[in-house]
Amino acid sequence: MIRLDNLTKVFDTPKGAVTAADHISMEVPSGEICILLGPSGCGKTTTLKMINRIIRPTSGKVFINGEDTTSLDTQDLRRNIGYVIQQIGLFPNMTIEENITVVPKLLGWDKAKYRERAREMMHMIALEPDAFLKRYPSELSGGQQQRIGVARALAADPPVMLMDEPFGAIDPINRAVIQDEFLKMQQDLKKTIMFVSHDIDEAIKMGDRIAIFREGKLVQYSEPDELLAAPKNDFVESFLGEDRALKRLNLVKVRDLASEEIGLVRPDDTLATALQRIESYGYLNSIVMVNHKRQPVGIITAPVARTTQGHCRDHYQSVPVVVSLDDDLRKVASLMFAHDMTWVPCVDDDGRIVGQITQRAITHHLGSRYRAHSKGDDGVALDEASPSSAPKE
Amino acid sequence: MPTLNLAGAGRLLVLVAVFLAGVWSQSSGVIDDFIFYLPDVHYLAVQHLWLTVMSGGLAILVAIPLGIWLSRPSMARVAESMMQVLNVGTTIPTLAVLALSMSFLGIGTVPAVFGLFVATLLPIARNTYTGLKGVDPALKEAAAGIGMSPTQRLLRVELPNALYVIFAGIRTALAINIGTVPLAFLIGAGGLGELIFTGIDLYDPVMMLSGAIPTALLAVVVDMLIAITAFVVVPRGVNPGRA
Ligand SMILES: Nc1ncnc2c1ncn2[C@@H]1O[C@H](COP(=O)(O)OP(=O)(O)O)[C@@H](O)[C@H]1O
Ligand SMILES: [Mg+2]
Repeated sequence: MIRLDNLTKVFDTPKGAVTAADHISMEVPSGEICILLGPSGCGKTTTLKMINRIIRPTSGKVFINGEDTTSLDTQDLRRNIGYVIQQIGLFPNMTIEENITVVPKLLGWDKAKYRERAREMMHMIALEPDAFLKRYPSELSGGQQQRIGVARALAADPPVMLMDEPFGAIDPINRAVIQDEFLKMQQDLKKTIMFVSHDIDEAIKMGDRIAIFREGKLVQYSEPDELLAAPKNDFVESFLGEDRALKRLNLVKVRDLASEEIGLVRPDDTLATALQRIESYGYLNSIVMVNHKRQPVGIITAPVARTTQGHCRDHYQSVPVVVSLDDDLRKVASLMFAHDMTWVPCVDDDGRIVGQITQRAITHHLGSRYRAHSKGDDGVALDEASPSSAPKE
Repeated sequence: MPTLNLAGAGRLLVLVAVFLAGVWSQSSGVIDDFIFYLPDVHYLAVQHLWLTVMSGGLAILVAIPLGIWLSRPSMARVAESMMQVLNVGTTIPTLAVLALSMSFLGIGTVPAVFGLFVATLLPIARNTYTGLKGVDPALKEAAAGIGMSPTQRLLRVELPNALYVIFAGIRTALAINIGTVPLAFLIGAGGLGELIFTGIDLYDPVMMLSGAIPTALLAVVVDMLIAITAFVVVPRGVNPGRA
């Protein structure tokens, strides 16, 4: 846990005093990523660097796991905080192995242990140890260097990490890859992380909480969904952008909003049965046909069912699109627009139908300003997507 | 034949020329003249090298700590003006430095070593300072943020990354040093300059060359030694020679 208590920094400059951070108080629970977000010069970096005393606070305190850090030795404090800077800052005179093992060595680990740790870190960041450990930073690509930077910060397994725009120097494609890898690592590592960013999309993707800064002040500190749903003032609202409703779609998985109820037919059913089910489920246009494993193989449209005799297996059309439970709503919405549909069948990892997600469920979700983001409160989704309110077209 | 290229032909020509020169010098007795000076060359070369080693070694021992000291953040305010002084110092001709040194310390080895020391000191101190100042601030911040003490930062990050520039300074400085040592003869410190200047005075080319050729060889050898040391000592990741 990191707690900032009225943390303040005033720089004396030739042009007068600049208050870079103004009585910042906030708390990051253990195991969460907190994003410090805001326009350039708003004091994010200053706030971050006061935590490991690269910048000395003018006033205020920093607590880590309840302990007031002012009483700790600066070097000890820093060795127990992972630090990743935007410029990566790998030491060019050291091999990759030496870079990664810098902190364990400072902490006095024995050789066998830190060498083993270097290999472990390489596996964690998905780089082949034998190919990379003996190389020098200049022999690596930007993305690889950035991964090593993260590995160096994590090597001594510090409970707390500070990251200042860590993925800022990488091209967008690689950045997305590294962000994903990092989130995956964080699922196991559960570090308490302060992460500076000026990119709202990165913040929404990476953050459990987002702190919005403006001119040295903390303006709003919320979970991403709440931030997007209920920006506190005009500044936050304009910083988040006009498409903030769409950005919320990134935060929600199909799993959260999918309805388990879905009308289905089998290849052996007659078209009359199909028509009857379409009507009884209140669907407008069509119904999904599944095989014996409940995997979708086609759809029967209402006009066909109405005008033709026979079995479903002879009269189906292909399924336009399905989504998986782990897809986010942004993808779903995009597919709905592309295929002109108001519902999409959902499948599990084995491709079996487990439900459907409807446009109405999505719009209802976006409309609810304070939908609790916490676990165990997915009930909204279920009553929303009942068959009667989810007409097919 | 394509393999017998210009370089090959040139080498052949040089060999033939050297051979002919050898034949001529043998027949004309020049070699005997040179052999006559050999004991002098030996004695003076040792003296010469001793001047270089004393003054150069002292200069390195003083200049590197001086450069480090000036590059510390606590010195930031005065460092730049002190570097200006050093820069002005570098522009003074070395002969003038020797002359000044003599006017304070008299004649002999001591003023020569001192003059050479001053002339050698400046480039090394300057390169140490600029090399350390030139280390990427991001590296220093990373080193500090990781929890290195100021000494660890200096030894493990700053110096290794400035080492190539520092060696460049040592190389320049010793080139100046070796080039200046013959002048030390003028203030009574001996060295191969004795043969060179006396040879010039007496219009004795053999005597002059007996001093000049070993001086040139010494310069080349010392320069190579420094280059080799730099190649070995500067870490591979920051050594353009081993990229
Ligand atoms: N060392 C410094 N000296 C003087 N002013 C500074 C210094 N560092 C930052 N500032 C000022 O403090 C403010 C916040 O800077 P910073 O924390 O780097 O912003 P951000 O990281 O959000 O872009 C800016 O106005 C900046 O000019
Ligand atoms: Mg910043």
